[in-house]
Amino acid sequence: MLRLSLARRRSLLPWLFVGPGLLWLALFFIIPLANQANVSLQTGNPDTGYAFTWAFSTYTDAISEYQEQFLRSLGYAATATVLCLIIAFPLAYFTAYRAGRFRNLMLLLIILPFFMSYVLRTVAWQLILSDNGWVLARLRDVGLVSDTGRLLATRTAVIAGITYNFLPFMALPLYVSLEKIDRRLIEAAKDLYASPITAFRKVTLPLALPGIFAGSLLTFIPACGDFVNAALLGTSRQFMIGNVIQSKFITILDYPTAAALSFILMSFILIGIFIYARLLGARNLTQAAL
Amino acid sequence: MTDAEQAQRESTEPAGLGPAESDICLQGVSKRFAGTTAVDDLDLEIERGAFFALLGPSGCGKTTTLRMIGGFEAPTEGRVLLGGEDVTDRPPYKRDVNTVFQSYALFPHLTVERNVAFGLERRKLDKAEIARRVQETLELVQLEALAGRKPAQLSGGQQQRVALARALVNRPRALLLDEPLGALDLRLRKQLQIELKRIQQDVGITFVHVTHDQEEAMTMADRIAVMHKGRIEQAGGAAELYERPRTAFVANFLGVSNLVDARLGERDGELVTLETHDGARLRAPADRVGPHDGQAVQVGVRPEKVRLLRDGVAPPEDANLLRGTIVVASFLGVSIQYLVRTKGGEELTVVVQNTEGEPDAFTVGSEVQLAWPPRHTFVVAKETHHEA
Repeated sequence: MLRLSLARRRSLLPWLFVGPGLLWLALFFIIPLANQANVSLQTGNPDTGYAFTWAFSTYTDAISEYQEQFLRSLGYAATATVLCLIIAFPLAYFTAYRAGRFRNLMLLLIILPFFMSYVLRTVAWQLILSDNGWVLARLRDVGLVSDTGRLLATRTAVIAGITYNFLPFMALPLYVSLEKIDRRLIEAAKDLYASPITAFRKVTLPLALPGIFAGSLLTFIPACGDFVNAALLGTSRQFMIGNVIQSKFITILDYPTAAALSFILMSFILIGIFIYARLLGARNLTQAAL
Repeated sequence: MTDAEQAQRESTEPAGLGPAESDICLQGVSKRFAGTTAVDDLDLEIERGAFFALLGPSGCGKTTTLRMIGGFEAPTEGRVLLGGEDVTDRPPYKRDVNTVFQSYALFPHLTVERNVAFGLERRKLDKAEIARRVQETLELVQLEALAGRKPAQLSGGQQQRVALARALVNRPRALLLDEPLGALDLRLRKQLQIELKRIQQDVGITFVHVTHDQEEAMTMADRIAVMHKGRIEQAGGAAELYERPRTAFVANFLGVSNLVDARLGERDGELVTLETHDGARLRAPADRVGPHDGQAVQVGVRPEKVRLLRDGVAPPEDANLLRGTIVVASFLGVSIQYLVRTKGGEELTVVVQNTEGEPDAFTVGSEVQLAWPPRHTFVVAKETHHEA
């Protein structure tokens, strides 16, 4: 057996712990990422194959050609994220503070949809929103939708689908950050002349920021790249960048464009997160989490 | 200190009441939580500028009482008055009192300075005025150097001072302190007790202090109300509660008390006569007899009032006298503490000042007489339910 000094063994120990994670990251993230970067700079066609040519033009072409889908993806994802926040905040607040013995039941209800496949749930929405469906008929009755209007195959349907599918990703981090807040702080705020609304604004909300931030990221990032909702609940006029990437990769086999589009999406998201963190105040986020 | 003078002026001026006027008043206040009565028909008046302690064991209702003054609990019955005004239905943020919470409840996302400014900001004071008062208050609690820190970067004692400053800066009618020193170690607690007392004298605001620590209450408070099972057993100055306990609970909760079962006998002028269950005849001042039903009572005396005499030595004339055997002798330096088992079976504590320089004056097993003047004797109703 290898004999190592105690100091030597101590210095190796941290690597033993992070080793598996690093290996996982290298195998399934860094190597594929490098590979895709390589693919994105190749030229050729599916029949004769692709070769690396430093083809940066693929990027500029992809941006100009799919500008619309990019903007739509960011717009839909942002709208759905805001809707998720509006719906999930009261839900998480109630679950954390008012649900009492029903708290675990509430949490179970929030994560219950995960027990069913994502695609299947979206197909179910297809039925709910369908032209012969009960929901549309009722909305037509009360005049919210015109007699020729539709729910399915509209922007509303796609955004609603994304909002529905990603709600738990918003609700759970919000719940965790709200639940962590010491309720005595709210008493202290009220003791110091803060009305319930002011106490919420000055204490609860700032302390819930890490949850809002985490929930927004967990919703916005996958929503940006989503293609299931647009494919099942929309038409090509609602297609998002995920649909384009999917068809380039799987149907058209235009790997370089698909890879380039993925990188462009990734950089958009990273820039977006950076701006968002700045807006919320990243210093506050890390310190409030302590 | 100009700040203190100003604070005092501010707190006494608007209402224009005399100093003996009651600042906080509870009238027939009860609080019941699902089946249990936390506070039971409580009447309480606290004078302006007093340092008032609510003292009692956990679960006696002292914190609930404080929370009803602060507005965090609504009384089931009764009224709460602040400065003569009925505030029973007012939420905490509309009451002119501030609380120092047991857990401090400092806002973790705000600096020390912003924590202290919180109340003044809510009351929409002028920015320059807020900055000035925050600075003054931080100086008062000696924290000006840490104004920019977050609570997580402070020690327990420093957090306690921030909590105090955050309440004091508002110059409220009264400051409510809920076991404010409970989380600190003994040394720091002693130090802060003195400091709290000093600050209270400086600013002249009424302090209502909840504690289970009798020593803490006696160190700081002008007046102490001993609470037990949702009621006030007795209220008064520390010396009064110690020298003239009116109930067995008070006698036991404040200091060591030696209680012997007895029957109340004839009144003899200023004194009453008592016969202990083992037949000794004792006397006590009539005005030191607490409320009681019937003749079964307990007669008591504080440990330092008793003189130990060797068996056979003639006791002083008119002294109360019990006989017993030394069971334990502990040399404490300043004093020697003896545990004496009386003929009747009670174990009584006697403290003898170590002035003779003879630490082994009485040895374990020696027969002794316990003698004390009748004027140091008190009589309380026999407690029917002893805590195990």
